[in-house]
Parts: sequence; structure tokens; C-alpha cells
Amino acid sequence: MSLSVDEPASAEPERTSTIGGSTRFVPGQSNDQITVVNGKVQLGQRLKDLWANRELLILLTRSELKVKYKNSVLGYVWSMLNPALVLAIYFVVFKIIAKNYQPNFAIWLFAGLLVWNLFNVAAMSATSVVVGKAGIVKKVAFPRELLALSVVGVALVLFAIQVVVLVVAMLIFGVSPDWSMVAILPLALVTLVTFTGAISIFLSAVNVYLRDTQHLTEVLMMAWFWGTPIVYTFGQISGELAKYPSLMWMKYVFLSNPITPITMTFQRAIYGRTQYTHAGNVYHVLPNWGVGSYAGLLGVVLAVSIGLFLLALIVFGRLEGNFAEEL
Amino acid sequence: MAVAIEVRDISKQFRLYNEKHTSLKERVIHGGKMPFTPFWALRDVNVDINQGETFGILGRNGCGKSTLLKCIAGILKPTSGEIRVRGSLAAMLELGAGFQPDMSGRDNIFLNGSLLGLSRADIEKRFDDIVAFAELEEFIDNQVKFYSSGMYVRLGFAVAVNVEPDVLLVDEVLAVGDAAFQRKCLDHVKRFQREGRTIVVVSHGSDAIRQNCGRAMVMNHGQVITVDDPGEAIRVYMADLLGVGTIEGSESAGIEGNVLAIGTVQAEHGGSGSRVHMYPGESLTVTADVDSLASVPKAMATIAIHDDKNELVFASDPDDPACEMEIPAGGGIVRFFFPEVPLLDGTYSVSVGVRSDTDTAIFDWKDQVTRFEVANPGRATGRVRLPVDVSFRLRSATHTGEVPTVDAGLFPPLAGWEENAS
Repeated sequence: MSLSVDEPASAEPERTSTIGGSTRFVPGQSNDQITVVNGKVQLGQRLKDLWANRELLILLTRSELKVKYKNSVLGYVWSMLNPALVLAIYFVVFKIIAKNYQPNFAIWLFAGLLVWNLFNVAAMSATSVVVGKAGIVKKVAFPRELLALSVVGVALVLFAIQVVVLVVAMLIFGVSPDWSMVAILPLALVTLVTFTGAISIFLSAVNVYLRDTQHLTEVLMMAWFWGTPIVYTFGQISGELAKYPSLMWMKYVFLSNPITPITMTFQRAIYGRTQYTHAGNVYHVLPNWGVGSYAGLLGVVLAVSIGLFLLALIVFGRLEGNFAEEL
Repeated sequence: MAVAIEVRDISKQFRLYNEKHTSLKERVIHGGKMPFTPFWALRDVNVDINQGETFGILGRNGCGKSTLLKCIAGILKPTSGEIRVRGSLAAMLELGAGFQPDMSGRDNIFLNGSLLGLSRADIEKRFDDIVAFAELEEFIDNQVKFYSSGMYVRLGFAVAVNVEPDVLLVDEVLAVGDAAFQRKCLDHVKRFQREGRTIVVVSHGSDAIRQNCGRAMVMNHGQVITVDDPGEAIRVYMADLLGVGTIEGSESAGIEGNVLAIGTVQAEHGGSGSRVHMYPGESLTVTADVDSLASVPKAMATIAIHDDKNELVFASDPDDPACEMEIPAGGGIVRFFFPEVPLLDGTYSVSVGVRSDTDTAIFDWKDQVTRFEVANPGRATGRVRLPVDVSFRLRSATHTGEVPTVDAGLFPPLAGWEENAS
């Protein structure tokens, strides 16, 4: 949208004045920056604007949270109760009723859901965020991508709450993480946030023009969820595929889902084991790779996510020009 | 003088869809085609706004002035062309835009200030000023949804004026709050002007533009009509856009069984050159061509002036002996001369009549037969420019050694007279 060019400060005599003892405005000093508005999308400037407005992102995220929890402490407690209850249900359903023999299956499931929930919550709320904030979008000039990113921020806070519940559950069930793998969790989280941000920005802009994107996204997310090894294990997939050597390439299709390597890293670190034995049989749940392999896979996903993020910014920039008239 | 805002060949096209398909499903059903009529909200707009100047944009609703402001602010992207803005910019298109009803006034100050480009540290520093300006000390921790509309707008304005941008864009939002609050807002605008900030005001009211702006631009149908000083711009706005004000000669009426008839009536101002409009204080001559079948020994010529709202501004005294004249057979020209017309802006119509001295017969009356325009290059507003002498003196004259005399009047005050007498 805009491009900055450094201009030599104008040669006018400087006029200085003090305003209410707060700011000093000096023409020629503060206005050496030129903003250009035209029909083009300037990616560099967008990134710069995003960075310059990081405080606004925090405020927008906070306001989303406040509206969600109505400023109450109980609101946050409630949001912690929800994942705890989910964990309890998994335990009852998969351990006692469905007799899943994988040890600590609830923890396994929760590790995967941690990743999925962040992605899902952000993408689902991002579709409606620009439309929902029409009042600001039509009247105030600011980097509107921040609205989509604020939703990712909210999802991150929910993520943190779930992590607390998970840690407590791990202590109760006596599950110890794989500490060498925990070291690459920050990388996994950065990758997840970048990818989620890209998808959120894209969806938030598209939904302005095609309002049923919201419903379409719901259906797609459902399919995406079952295409990611969360409820089942990656070991089960590769085990099944091993029976049909001609279908081994499917494994790569499976891994090309950017959420999969991220989920697997979280599961690998939190669940702490790659296989278990039941009735004399050894079951593989995750590839027995080292930290380097997982980190390498994440690196590829991160590179792709950054690419997608930039692409999403360009798409958003193109669509943004007419937001004010479409809303 | 450096240029603060450079608008180059800006055009903006809106699409008016006959039938809008806002969902993918509908688009697929209709094969992706959406017939639309292009509508140019802005067409090749070029203007340079100088640093430190207060610039007004005038125009009727839908003339493109708000679209232009939104393009400058970066809210809308132009279809073609380029705008360069030097320095930081803040736009006040709507006060309190982006307020979250569920959040407290305090939280909203931070959110709104941040949306307008203030840093957190800046807002913290100015927080007390903002609250005091908005006069909301007691309610600042209440949720904004419980605010009255006045409180809401005051808070919005208080945040906006504390942004302190190099360039401020204002869209007719100054008319908010009660009189005292408006006064405060105006003071802020004046301060911005003193500090050399650039202000762009969009309005369809001419008074705000005249009082505050150094230059003004008139727009119509997305195009620039003129850029000039406010007086001239307002005149063009009134004349061209409201469709009033061109001086027309009157149709000459024949004599129909009457003794006397008024023909062409013309109004000419005593100002220089070929100016169509006159300035306040200039002289005005109205001439009426009168045809007469017979000699009228005692005719009374009268004149009346109406403003553009059809309110009577002036009607001559019908019994003034100066109006009496003898019109010979064949007629002649009646001349009304106003040595000084103290009227301010507007288009005024002139009515001329001739009647007998006894009020028994009106020979002819030409109602609002011609017009003249006054354009005010100065800052005074209203209908009439009253001559005013302004001077200053100290309250008490004791310094000069004079003892002021106190006119106690019929009922002398019982208290306080001692001070005056000392």
C-alpha cells in the first residue's frame, strides 16, 4: 500500500513548540518520511507496518480476550476447565469404554489436539474477523492483517491455558516428556503460528467477498482434522501402508500436510515414547528419528509457511483495497 | 513551501452491482459473472496541499470528497494514480470508530489511540489529559456501552486530538458536543494550525471552511471544480453546485394598458474589472428601464432586496421624498445607487417597483427581477458586515490620575461604590 522513501529534511527554518508539555512537533524533522498510496501492494512496507504496529496487535488480542471472557477471572478458570473436562472424557471413553491399549492415550490425544486447537480456533474465527470489525475497517487506517493475527493471538492464549492443564495431567499420569525433543518445541510452535497466521490472513480477506467461506472452512477443517494423525498415530498409517509397497508414496502425501510434522513433533516431545508393547506385539506410534530429523522436517514446513505468509499478505493487500466498500 | 499531500491523477471506481453475489455458492450458480455499472467516485483528481495549511474540501453529498479523504488516509485504494503524504497522518473520519462497547473507557482509550498510531507509552503519558479533555473522570472505568452518545463522541475526540500527527484529516466531525466542548475542539484545531501542522477538512457547510481554512477546493461528480481562497471557493460552490446566482437580465415586459411599465433591470457593482460578484462594502447601482405612455408627475420608485432564502433583507422607505420623481411621457431610466452594500456572502435578488405617491396605484412591480452576488474574501460570517471598532482600555483609570465619575443612576448601588470612588 505504501512505500517509504527517505527524503532529505526540508530546508525550512524549524518551528518548535511545546504542546501541553508533552510532545514537541518540529516540521522538517518529523516529516521526512513519505507515504505513498496507490493501487499496488508493497510487501516490504506491509511487513514494516506490521512490525511497527506490534503494540496494536497485543491490544487487539487483549480486547478480543476481554470480550470473550468479559474481564472475569472466572472466565479464564472456565477456559481451563474446558480442556480438563475434555481430557477426562478421553480418559473414560478411550481407556475404560473403548479399551485402547496405547498407554496414556489421553496424553497422546491431548498433545495432538493442542496443535490442532490452535490452528482450528484461529482459522475459524479469522474468517469472520474482518467482517465482524467492519466499523474499524471502514473508518480507521491501520494494517488490517492485524485483525486476523489478533485471532491467532487469542488462540495462542488458549494454547497456553491448555498447556497448563496438560502439564498437570502429565504429572498425575506420570508421563515424562522427551527433554531433547522439548528443546525443538519452540521451533514447532513458531512454525505452527506462522502457518496459522498465513491461513488466517488469507481466510479473513476472502470471507469479505465470499461470505460462505466460513461454512466451507468448517467442512474443510473437519476433513483436515481426520487427515492429521491426532486421534490415530502416524505409526498406524505407515504400518498399514507397509503392507502395500506400491502405496509407500502415500506416506509423503501424508507428511506434506504442514500440520502433520508439527503435530508429530509435539506428540514426540510430550508423549516421550515412539513405541509400546501390548500382548507381546510391538506397536510403533511415531518414527524413531532423532531430533535433527524432526527439526529438519519442521524447517521445511517453516520455510513453506513463511512463503505462504508472504503470499497471504499479498492476497490480503490486493483484496483490502475495496474492503471499505464491500463491508 | 513544502508540499504535505500530493494527489496525482487519482481516480476511484466503484462497482454498482445489479445483483450482488456474496457467496461462493451463488457465484458458481451464476457462472462467476456479476454484471455491474462502473461508477467513478473520483476522476483524475490533482491537488497539492501545502505543509502547515488548513485546506477545506467542499461539495455536496456524493461528490467524492469523503472518498478522496479515505484514499489519502489509505483506507480505500485508488483505482489509478498516486498520493504522497509527507509525515505522519491521522484521520478522524468518525469519532470513536473502533470502540469496543464491552470494554471500559480506559481500555478503549488505549485501543483507539493505538489504532490511530499512538504508542502505548504515549497514551500512558497523555492518559490523564485525554480523560480530562473528555470530561469523563468519573466514568472512565465504566463500559463504553453505558455511555451517552455525547460521552462517546467526546471520548473519541479527546483521543483523536491527542494523536498529534503532521497531517490531520477531518471529516465533518467538529460539530459534536455542547457549545463549551465545541469551543475546546476549535481551540485544538487552532493550536494545530499554530504549530504548523497540515489539516484537511471535508465539509458541506461553508462557515467552518471560511473560518478555519486558508484554501478550499470545490468538488462535484468526483472532479475538482476549483481550488481557491475560501471566499471564492464558497462562491463557486454556492453558484455552480446549488444552481443559484447567475445574474440574469429580466425579460422586457410590454406596456399593457398601463400607464407605466418597467423594462430591463440591471444591477452593477462598483468594483473593479469584470468580476461577476461584488465584495462587501462596494457600491451597487441598479438601473431600471421605464416606459411610460403618459407623464407621471409624482411617481415613487421603490426597491427591495431578498436573500437566497427569500428573506427580505431591505426594502426602501416608500414615503421617502427622495424616491419621488417625475417621469415624462416616453419614460427613461430610474437609477438606484447604494454607495455601500455591507452584505456578506450570498446571492441577492432585487425587486423594483414604481407606484403613485398616494398608494392608490402601483404602476408596475418587478419581483426579484435581477440578482447580484456578494463574495466575501475575509473571514467574517453572517449576513451583514457591521463596521466595528475594537479597542482596549484598563478597567480603572486611576493610573492616569483621573478620578472616574460614577453615574449612579436612578437607583445607586448600595454596595461596591466605595471601590470605584477611591
